[in-house]
Amino acid sequence: MEALGAAVGLILAGDGELLSIVGLSLRVTLMALALACAVGLPLGALLGISRFPGRGAVIVLVNALMGLPPVVAGLLVYLLLSRSGPLGDLGLLFTPTAMVVAQTVLVLPIVTAVTRQVVEDLWAEYGEQLRSLGSGRVRAVPTLLWDARYSLATGVLAGFGRASAEVGAVLIVGGNIAGHTRTMTTSIALETAKGNLALALGLGIILLGLALAINGAAFALSAAARRAAAA
Amino acid sequence: MRATPSLLPLALDRVGFRVGGDWLVRDMSFSVAGTGRTLLLGPNGAGKSVTLRLCHGLLSPTEGTVRWAAGQPCPPGPGRHAMVFQKPVLLRRSARENLLHALSLAGLHAQAAGERADMALERFQLAPLAHRPARVLSGGEQQRLAIARAWAVQPQLLFLDEPTSHLDPASTRAIELALDLFRAEGTAVLMTTHDLAQARRLADRVLFLHRGRLLEDRPAAAFFTDPHTREAAAYLRGELLD
Repeated sequence: MEALGAAVGLILAGDGELLSIVGLSLRVTLMALALACAVGLPLGALLGISRFPGRGAVIVLVNALMGLPPVVAGLLVYLLLSRSGPLGDLGLLFTPTAMVVAQTVLVLPIVTAVTRQVVEDLWAEYGEQLRSLGSGRVRAVPTLLWDARYSLATGVLAGFGRASAEVGAVLIVGGNIAGHTRTMTTSIALETAKGNLALALGLGIILLGLALAINGAAFALSAAARRAAAA
Repeated sequence: MRATPSLLPLALDRVGFRVGGDWLVRDMSFSVAGTGRTLLLGPNGAGKSVTLRLCHGLLSPTEGTVRWAAGQPCPPGPGRHAMVFQKPVLLRRSARENLLHALSLAGLHAQAAGERADMALERFQLAPLAHRPARVLSGGEQQRLAIARAWAVQPQLLFLDEPTSHLDPASTRAIELALDLFRAEGTAVLMTTHDLAQARRLADRVLFLHRGRLLEDRPAAAFFTDPHTREAAAYLRGELLD
């Protein structure tokens, strides 16, 4: 109870360290989400409407990667970026950029898999008509993504949730360096271990609050727009 | 788009289409030229819809050829041939945006597309509904929008697959009136229907199909007064065909 009170106090006071941690977390997560969407939405759509040998295996792989443990993703990116790794010369390890890369790896399968399913269903409905209008499959991708926008929002939110909640990947590739690569989840782990429950709890409350606020806003927006479009 | 040379006649030569071991269409030969309305008639399972899709290029024949004037296969598309489906598939956007989407696929730039879309809305009495989501329009309005979309891209041949089978008489009447616009602009029509009264009202020529085969290819008046085959006669009397 005492910790809870202190947590609320820290939040209300706008504690500088707290704000910088929250800011970095949001920057890293949103950047990773944007990258994952830029690649995953078109990729998932193409996977949904194309037919090629081995397509089933690719779908299984993408679906399975949705469950990729964050520490494993972190480890892979670590091996890639570490001094002796193939991309070691870039000197990205223990930077926010490395964290963005690791979270992108985590979010990409979710966005791709959800998009694949949604677009495949929509293609079953639209395919004949779009072909009749002279649209090739590639040209159909933006059409399908736009018409599936409400269903896709759910997948994007799931991706956001995964990125903002995970700790393993950013810890390994970011290193939890104070003022540099410390995020909400890594500092919750650290502060809890140090017994500084107030800060840990405060961060936990903010993390939950952000997730609630973003999902609530997305739900309200999508419900209103969906009503307007009767989609 | 009108500048493109005529695609017609469309000619099917001994076309067959097989799914698994079943021939849905077999040995189908006919051609479509000119500007008239050709009605495909026949009981369920006769192969009418499959034939339309083979002509339109949505299905590829298992055997035989579908050729257009140039002697080439010709994919569906603006200025070429268009199709209106039994159940209209409209995008989750406004009525006007549905037209703009089709026109952008047709390669029109924004301003020309906007003008053409407004013209189509006007022609088909859809102007007051322009900004409504297409999905909340009534069945009749949706089908009229689908026809307006086909009209907007100026096809030389229009396929319609039972365009009024889900509609009430007033909406059916509106669709039939809309088809007059195509006739006025010299667009040939190839359509299927289950409504014999409608076929009598619209047809210039009848192709009678039964079990995937073309049994009669006749001028409409002759077909309705004097069918040559036992199957067509029974169909016109409203008897069940086996």
